[in-house]
Amino acid sequence: MHRFANPAEFNRLADAILPWAKIIMAAAFAYGLYLALFTSPPDYQQGESVRIMYVHVPAAWMSMFTYMVVAAASFTALVWRHPVALLAGKAAAPIGATFTALALITGMLWGKPMWGTYWVWDGRLTSVLVLFFLYLGYMALWRGLDEEDKAGRAASILALVGVVNIPIIKFSVDWWNTLHQPSSVMRMDGPTMPAEMLWPLLTVALAFKAYFIVVFLYRMKLEINLRKLTVLSSIEARG
Amino acid sequence: MRAASLSPSFATLYPEIRPLMTADHIPRYNAPALVADGLATTRGGRRVFEGLSFTVSSGELLYLRGPNGSGKSTLLRLIAGYGKAHAGSLMFGDSDWTEASPAFDGAMIYAGHENALKPVLTLRENAAAYTGVMTGQAPDDARLMAGAALFGLTTLLDRPARFFSSGQKHRANLLRFTLLDRPLWLMDEPTVGLDAANRDVLADLMKRHLKAGGMIIAATHDPIGVEGRELALDDFSPKVVIDEDWL
Amino acid sequence: MSGGVNTSAIFRAIFMRDVRLAWSQGGTGTMALSFFLIAVTLFPFGVGPEPQTLARIAAGVIWVVALLACLLSLDRLYQADYEDGSLDDLALSPLGLTGVAAAKILAHWVATILPLVALSPILGMLMNLDAGAYGMLVLSLLVGTPALSLIGSVGAALTVSVRRGGVLMSLLVLPLYVPTLIFGVGAIDAAAGMTDPLPHLAFLGAVTLVALVIGPIASAAALKLSLE
Repeated sequence: MHRFANPAEFNRLADAILPWAKIIMAAAFAYGLYLALFTSPPDYQQGESVRIMYVHVPAAWMSMFTYMVVAAASFTALVWRHPVALLAGKAAAPIGATFTALALITGMLWGKPMWGTYWVWDGRLTSVLVLFFLYLGYMALWRGLDEEDKAGRAASILALVGVVNIPIIKFSVDWWNTLHQPSSVMRMDGPTMPAEMLWPLLTVALAFKAYFIVVFLYRMKLEINLRKLTVLSSIEARG
Repeated sequence: MRAASLSPSFATLYPEIRPLMTADHIPRYNAPALVADGLATTRGGRRVFEGLSFTVSSGELLYLRGPNGSGKSTLLRLIAGYGKAHAGSLMFGDSDWTEASPAFDGAMIYAGHENALKPVLTLRENAAAYTGVMTGQAPDDARLMAGAALFGLTTLLDRPARFFSSGQKHRANLLRFTLLDRPLWLMDEPTVGLDAANRDVLADLMKRHLKAGGMIIAATHDPIGVEGRELALDDFSPKVVIDEDWL
Repeated sequence: MSGGVNTSAIFRAIFMRDVRLAWSQGGTGTMALSFFLIAVTLFPFGVGPEPQTLARIAAGVIWVVALLACLLSLDRLYQADYEDGSLDDLALSPLGLTGVAAAKILAHWVATILPLVALSPILGMLMNLDAGAYGMLVLSLLVGTPALSLIGSVGAALTVSVRRGGVLMSLLVLPLYVPTLIFGVGAIDAAAGMTDPLPHLAFLGAVTLVALVIGPIASAAALKLSLE
């Protein structure tokens, strides 16, 4: 048996991590928002609207990161038949989808003052949109099959096919974007960013990551307890 | 598992086989035993049976008995390689069927609940599709005729399966046991929907197979009239319903 | 034990079986072809009949509709076999489920998609496609559509036990079709615009090759789940 295959073991581990993750989350959110809203300078071109970036970019990072978590959990679940890993993918996916939606919504809100319209088929936004669809498919497949275990493994196969395709999709969308839209509008990344903008960005990213851990662990505990409930009720049904 | 060619003594020993199959089609199996040891499996997160052990040797018939839900079909499907055992081992001679799919040994014929007939294809085409999937060859014509005659399907050979009655569909499904020479037969409720006459035909077919050294595992409620051992799946119902891991 | 198994004969038998079923009554062959034709002709009604407008969107429309036709016809790729029990038999073929999936995917492409490719120049005419782009239309479809069958097969296998799984399958598969669509249309647009279509075509082929590696294996893994 694997070490964390034992759900009770996992619960103990989660309970040990949770308080620390909560503290980091609260501190990083408070400090990050303070930096982002007050100390960081407005952009000389975009003005105050640049502050959306401090939510948008970390959310986009998290959308990718969470998909990798789902893919890794799926791989573990399929190869080692790890029951807790199966639930890890299920627990992580909605968080990832939420971050992806957040990245899309903030991207659109940012687009309005910058491009004069909410949606532009910008390469990065389009990739995030496709990623959002991948999340939707993964979650729909979990719900689509009647048997929990099979549903999880089917969704895991999909997640692995998806993770192979993500770089291809990203590349093809960039390719398509340069064909149809030669001028790249949004270039906020890279080492050219001044430190007073980079720090709030990284702090909020840390806060998001801690938030992910907190929600993820709670969702895992929930899933494990639901399993327990199923077990207990089926024992009861047998008499 | 290739069928050895007929030895003359075998034909004289079992002359009743002749009417069905032409001489070159009488198989003589020298198959190893199928040995299950401590099998356990789960279905839908629920343990179905555990500690299940049995041996079926050449010439033996094993009946799976037990009420609905006791895991008869599950066990048959497990032996056929659909899904993996939770614990235990299943050996066919030197082949480990717990790990590798038995499909690659080409040693069995499985007939499940569904009839596996394509409605748009005729019986002949359906038979060809079946042997094609299993061997890449169309069925031997004489043999197909003989098998169809046996189950009273001769007039249906060139009719699309969508016109068949449910009894005819079921017989058409049983036809597969006459088309290939494979030592291990897995039959899930083979008598459902069969009238008395066809039940006797099936019983004869099974007896011949056993005499030829074949083996059969059949899940059925009905008496077929063929001598066989019984395995009561209730004896292996799980002590623990689900993995206690979750508690 | 099975040294004498003729895998290529089995592959051929499964391939022929599926081609036959696709073109028999109720098969997907005629259905996909009719859908392809009808759906493309809807676009002039939607965007207006101006030749320039149609020419501009011709490549994209034909590719998108081909993609949807493929998706519609893949819906039942494994489900029909699952429901009538013949998937049980296919799983016991000495070819192995990966080989079976490959044979069925190839049959789907040959029986259902290849006719669309053959018909595509006529639709190009209806859509006023640039004269220089006809060759590339056919070539890009030839190179790109196998990826649609291969990736779609994974979606079909994952949703095989889901009743009315077609909608769910679309949700799973359509995002994965994006690269093929981009490079396929890109090649035609490049040919129409007198630029070099070769890079598009090369990437299109690369996507198909990746799909060739993933498709049968992932399909077989998904089918195994449904058989348990």
